[in-house]
Amino acid sequence: MNRERIVWMTLFVLGGLGLLYRAAFTPHGMGKVYVKEERIAPDSDSDLRTMFVEADPIDPQAVVDLPRSAGLWVAALGTLAIFSFLYRDNPFYKLAESVFVGVTAGYLMAVGFWEGIVDKLLVNLAPGLMRAWAVPDLDADQQPNLVYLVPLVLGLMLLWRLAPRGAWIARWPLALVVGTFAGLKLVNFLDADFVSQIRSTIIPLVVLIDGRRVDFWGSIRNIGLLVGVLSCLTYFYFSVEHKGLVGTVSRIGIWFLMVTFGASFAFTVMGRIALLAARIEFLLNDWLWLIDPTGKRPPGW
Amino acid sequence: MLDFLKTLDRRWIFLAMLMAVAGPILAQKTFPERPTIFVRSVFDKIESLPEGSTIMISFDYDPATNGELGPMATAFLRHCCLKRHKMLFLTLFETGKPVVDQAIRRVIDTEFAALDLKPGEDYVNLGYKQGREVVIALIALNLRTSFPRDHEGTDLDDLPLTRNITNLQDLDLILDISTGYPGWKEWVQYAASPYDIPFAAGTTAVGAPQAYPYIPEQMLGLLAAVKGAAEYEAALAEKYPPYRDPKRNEGIRRMAPQFWGHLLVIALIVLGNGIHFADRWRRNR
Repeated sequence: MNRERIVWMTLFVLGGLGLLYRAAFTPHGMGKVYVKEERIAPDSDSDLRTMFVEADPIDPQAVVDLPRSAGLWVAALGTLAIFSFLYRDNPFYKLAESVFVGVTAGYLMAVGFWEGIVDKLLVNLAPGLMRAWAVPDLDADQQPNLVYLVPLVLGLMLLWRLAPRGAWIARWPLALVVGTFAGLKLVNFLDADFVSQIRSTIIPLVVLIDGRRVDFWGSIRNIGLLVGVLSCLTYFYFSVEHKGLVGTVSRIGIWFLMVTFGASFAFTVMGRIALLAARIEFLLNDWLWLIDPTGKRPPGW
Repeated sequence: MLDFLKTLDRRWIFLAMLMAVAGPILAQKTFPERPTIFVRSVFDKIESLPEGSTIMISFDYDPATNGELGPMATAFLRHCCLKRHKMLFLTLFETGKPVVDQAIRRVIDTEFAALDLKPGEDYVNLGYKQGREVVIALIALNLRTSFPRDHEGTDLDDLPLTRNITNLQDLDLILDISTGYPGWKEWVQYAASPYDIPFAAGTTAVGAPQAYPYIPEQMLGLLAAVKGAAEYEAALAEKYPPYRDPKRNEGIRRMAPQFWGHLLVIALIVLGNGIHFADRWRRNR
C-alpha cells in the first residue's frame, strides 16, 4: 500500500468516524430535514387536503422527514464528490458527474416534451384527447386548430435528417428557422445594441449642474467614455496601418480593453467564489450543523 | 525557495482557497456595505412606485447559479412585499421552475406569511415557457399568446391580478435575474428598448461587465452578482431597520468569504508575477 493510499484511507476513516459521531452520538445529530403538515386551502371548509412543507426545527410542529433528509445527504456527498476532483480524477467524481448529467438531460427532455410537444402542439391539434389524457384543466370548448399542422409537418421534416435517405428535406424547415430568427434578431439588435448604444455615447463633454456650475467628475466620466469608445474602435479598425496618431490612439484602446478584461476576470473570480461559498455554507449549515447563520435551529444545536 | 514555489503543487492553492472561503463562513463575520449608484437606482425605482404597482420578475437562472443569484431574488421579493407591490413571476429557463418556487416559498409563504398574500390576487406565477426571446417578443404585445394560463392552469382572465394586463407595456417595472441566454440582453432587445418599459436586472458576475453600457438609457440599474445583492440588502436595511439583522441578509453574509478569497487571488497574482520575474532575473544573471 503506497503512501498516498494510506493518506486517503486515513482521511476517509477519520471523516466517516467524525460524521458517525456527530450524527449518532450528539443530542441533536446533524443532516436532518424537518417538515410540518399544512392544509392546502386553509380557508376552505370542504377541501381538507394537506401537504408537508419544510419547517425550521424550532417550530413545535416540525418532524423529521426521512426522504428529504436522504436527499440532503445525497446533495452533501455529491458536493464532496465533485470537490474531490480538485485533488485528482477519481470514481466518486465520475459517478457524481454522470448522475448530474443524466438527471439534467432527463429533466430537460421531460420538460421539453410537456412544454413543447404537449402544451404547444398536441393541445391545439387534439384538445379532446389531451383533456382526457394529460391536461384535464383544458377548456371544454377549445376546438382543434389546424394551423398547428404546419409546425407538426415542419418538425417531422426536421427529423428526416435522421433517415438514411432524403436528408435534404430537413433543410427546408431549417431554412425557415434560420431566416425567421435572423429577421427577428436583426431588427431588435440594430435598435437596442447599435442605434441605442451610439445614442448613449452622444453626451455633453462638459456637464453642467443647473446650467451653471461644472460637474467635474461627471465631465471626466463622459470624456472617459468617449475616449474609451473611440480608441477601442480605432484598435479594431484595420484598414489603416496602426502608425502615428492612429497607432497612439489604438494603443490607448488596448489599455481600455485590458482594463475591461481585468474587470471581467475579477467579476469571474467573484462569481466562482460566490458559488463556492454557497456550497460550503450548505455543507457547514444544512448538513453538518456547525453554524446557524439564519437562526433556524434551537440555541445549542 | 524559488524552485519550490515554481513547482508548488496547485492543490495547495485549492486548499488555501478553501480555507479563505470557509474560515469567514465559520466565523460568521460581516462587513458593512454601501449601495452603489447602479443598485441605488433600482432600489429607488421600486421604492418610489406607488403601493400596488405591478412588477414582473423573470427568474432566468437555474439551481446551478442559485448561490450567486438567490440572494438578490430574495431581496427583490422582500422589497416588493414590503411595498405591497403586485408581482408576476416567470422563467425562460427549463430548469428555472424550482428557483421560482423556492423564492415564493422562502419569502412570500414564510417571511411574509403574516401578510397573507394570495396567489392570483397579490402575485401570479406564470411558470416556464419554451421559446426564449420569442416569448419576450410575443408577450411584449400580448401576454396571453405565450401565457394563457398561470402555472397551475388557471386562465389569466380569471385571476384578479392579470385580468387587466394585456402585455408588458401595462407593467410598472420588469426585473430580470439572469445567468446567461436568454437573459437581461434579450429583455433589453425585445421589451425594454423597443417599448420603453422600465427595466432593471441582476446578473451573474461573469455577465455583469457586458451589461453596464446599457445603463441608464436602456436599463435603470444593475445588481452584479452577490455584491449587488449585498448592496441591495444594505439599501433595504437603511430604509427598513428590521433588515439590519445579518441573519436575514444572505448577500452581506457572503461578502466576507468574497473579501478573503479576492485577497488570496491578489496575493497569488503578485506572488506568481514575483516568481516569474525573479526566475527571469536569475537566468539572465
